[in-house]
Amino acid sequence: MTSDIAAILAIDGIATGAVYALVAIGTVLIFTVTRVIFIPFGDIAAFTALTLAALDAKRFPGTGALVVVLACLATLIEIISLIRNGELRLLPRALFFYLAVPLAVVGIAWLTMRIDPPLAVRLVLALMLITPIAPLLDRIVFRPIADGTVLLLLTVSVALHFALVGLGLLFFGPEGVRTEPLTSLSTELAGVLISGQTMLIVIAALVFSGLLYLFFDFTLVGKSLRATAVNRTGSRLMGIRPARAGTIAYLLGSLMAGVSGILIAPVNTVFYDSGFLIGLKAFVGAIVGGMTSYPGAAIGAVGVGILESFASFQSSALKDVIVFSLLIPVLIWRSLASLHSEEEIEE
Amino acid sequence: MTRLHVQLAAVAALACLALAPLVLSPFSVTLMNYIGIYSLVAIGLALLTGVGGIVSFGQAAFVGIAAYATAWVSALNGHSPWLGLLFGVALTCGVAAILGVVTLRLQGHFLSLSTVAWGLAIGFLFGNVEGLGHFNGISSIPPISLGSLALVSSAQIYYLIWGIVALVLLLGYNLLDSRLGRAMRALRGGNTLVESLGINAFRIKLVTFVIAAFLASLSGWLYAHMSRFISPGPFDASMGIEYLMMTMVGGAGSLLGGVVGAAIVTLLKNSVQDYLPLIAKGASGQLEIVAFSALFILFLQWARQGIVPSIARYLPKTRRERPQPAPPLPRRPQPAPGELLLKVDGAERRFGGLVAVNNVSFEVRSGEILAVIGPNGAGKSTMFNCLTGALRVNKGEIVFAGRLITRDPQSRIAKAGVARTFQHVKLRPRMNLLENVMLGTYSRTRTGLFAGAFRLNQREEASARHEALLQLERVGLGDKPFELAGSLPLGNQRILEIARALAADPALLVLDEPAAGLRRQEKLRLAELLRSLRADHLTILIVEHDMEFVMSLVDRIVVLDFGSKLCEGVPSAIRSDERVQEAYLGGVA
Repeated sequence: MTSDIAAILAIDGIATGAVYALVAIGTVLIFTVTRVIFIPFGDIAAFTALTLAALDAKRFPGTGALVVVLACLATLIEIISLIRNGELRLLPRALFFYLAVPLAVVGIAWLTMRIDPPLAVRLVLALMLITPIAPLLDRIVFRPIADGTVLLLLTVSVALHFALVGLGLLFFGPEGVRTEPLTSLSTELAGVLISGQTMLIVIAALVFSGLLYLFFDFTLVGKSLRATAVNRTGSRLMGIRPARAGTIAYLLGSLMAGVSGILIAPVNTVFYDSGFLIGLKAFVGAIVGGMTSYPGAAIGAVGVGILESFASFQSSALKDVIVFSLLIPVLIWRSLASLHSEEEIEE
Repeated sequence: MTRLHVQLAAVAALACLALAPLVLSPFSVTLMNYIGIYSLVAIGLALLTGVGGIVSFGQAAFVGIAAYATAWVSALNGHSPWLGLLFGVALTCGVAAILGVVTLRLQGHFLSLSTVAWGLAIGFLFGNVEGLGHFNGISSIPPISLGSLALVSSAQIYYLIWGIVALVLLLGYNLLDSRLGRAMRALRGGNTLVESLGINAFRIKLVTFVIAAFLASLSGWLYAHMSRFISPGPFDASMGIEYLMMTMVGGAGSLLGGVVGAAIVTLLKNSVQDYLPLIAKGASGQLEIVAFSALFILFLQWARQGIVPSIARYLPKTRRERPQPAPPLPRRPQPAPGELLLKVDGAERRFGGLVAVNNVSFEVRSGEILAVIGPNGAGKSTMFNCLTGALRVNKGEIVFAGRLITRDPQSRIAKAGVARTFQHVKLRPRMNLLENVMLGTYSRTRTGLFAGAFRLNQREEASARHEALLQLERVGLGDKPFELAGSLPLGNQRILEIARALAADPALLVLDEPAAGLRRQEKLRLAELLRSLRADHLTILIVEHDMEFVMSLVDRIVVLDFGSKLCEGVPSAIRSDERVQEAYLGGVA
């Protein structure tokens, strides 16, 4: 391997890693606030790419129907739980958030479609359509078992991933898509050609991590999320509702996953089931950060991207074997590094 | 319900199974075969996940290793499938042992995540290793032959599959009811508990892990020779998760639950395939997995326990007989009264900059009750953890019965004759009183895996059971040995822990804040019990901060304050010591 090839592989790896980093940060965000290891974020990223491709092809994406179905389900469940708890006065609020807002989003997207919008608007539409999915799934799937063990939540999350893959095949079909590049610029750095798309990916990853940092450190909502992550009961006593914090975390997380989906679509062909490996590799990155640290997760995800890039140069068939085998030493290191007292497994 | 009823039910179930191929259609028999094959994996997972608390997402990889191994031996190299069985089992168990040694020390969800990692890595290997047919798989695998009879039709291999399932269930239940099985069932109580009983927790985890892999390998062997064709698909990550679903649906703690879960998941998938086209024409293939996942999520939302435990609650309880007298277990040589038993010399333990225990020295002599007391934060618990091996001292020496134990792990200190109780009671709430106390006899007995599974060591088991009953009677809990430990009030749970410690035939009994949270009556009973134990020449070390409880009970007191020893003496001297009063009350009252 010459240094040229190494440089190209490294740049390629950083770009892939930056995409994983966005998903990884979302994963950490959800885990710290809700204790859910949300495997389906990869699917959200893939769905965004597929949604964008459908919009590009002037078809209304299946994501719209998915949002409508989920909104109806979530509203139904919310109404039932309100009736059970005798809190019907909260009904208008529930209808607004769980039914009106998602339906309005789908409606706006549907109307805007007719006027053949430019790329920038299509990007916004794709993100708008994708962000309600995870919060609605949270209401339907995770809220009823919010007190369960991490393992129960993980198992449910994995099952949810399979459901989403099935829905993805239904809504988007088996064909892969590759969207047009967002920029055709390219530049040369130390003799290596870097495409504008690669730079865009890295810049977007940096900008969004930076924004997230500002959000957590300088806004009240961000601080309330951090408080929930540290201690649910304590933050509840301070007037923070963990459920609301969870919804915000899911919104932010899906936004990041959506951005990563948009960024990866021009580089790699995305299929309805591409999300699993994106999600898992982001997750590996998140584990490197101990599931708690955002910079750690981002660095870990970039590391996974670089590793994958070099591994696929050595043996493209075995690249996934290499990536996941190397997770085990990382886990051992993390487990030794984390000084948590042992917990009894609940009966 | 008596044992006879259980046996009758088992015989009836076997008869139904034996007659099934005669009445069912060939398609249903094939379905039953799949259920049997999946059951083996699910039973292994029930043992690993439900009993041992180790959640594995990677069992499909083990199934795959055995299936590919036997296909390689029989289809590609032309040897007998039986050789394939040997090779497959050996390879799978070998891989599992290596993975286990590497990963089983991981904690909490790190361990489960590592199973995702190796499950995926091995799953990707099947399609990518040279000589294993890549994604086209391996076809024309020969059927299993018994003598000259080749098991070609589904009704023929049916009996082999379900024979193995029945045998595995029988041996599995035998194992769970043996010494090693009880140790497995204790794993969920955490490492500290398991190690304090003289059990090497890591070894037990490894054994459980390899057993689960062994069952998966049997399943893989049967699968390869039943379907006569293998490809990477059935061994990928999603199948690993499906096995976990089967186990959870059936009820993770129950071996029978593995079979029930495998049956429900397989039949459900099958009926989803049948009925979905009626509801949604054209899209059925895609909706299948959606419907299936949705059902599974609903199931976990509404019945986390699983089916078998939910039903078992409504069955009449099995009536069991009180253990009969049996020859006693061997006892360890006890030290002579007054002999030096424990010597702590200059012990020091730091946590970063904080010195929790600073140059503490004291001695315990055989036959006395010594209390270590001190206000909150005095370093009592740290001292206690150093004595029992849960923590290591940074400096100084601890000698027990003439043996240096400073660097020994917990389980070895426990085996040497130090039995302990816990400030926050650590019992196995779903095991009955007798079984909890029998856990204490672990280091005095030696029944292994095979003897346990085949019930070869019933004499030792009877002795252990009788010993446990004797200890229950000694502490006054002998009237209901089959009650579940979780249903006892706190005071009795503490006393049950003492019985468990006594069952280990200790030379030194170490009690961590035994009076914490007890009502007055309960404290009095506890003090009375401890006095009676002293009368039996047992040496007791108590770490406690309830002064009243300690003063009236113990022979000598060591007072700790801010990590250092303040003073040492008989209770009356300690009571009048000004330094002690100052430490507790913040000044001379």
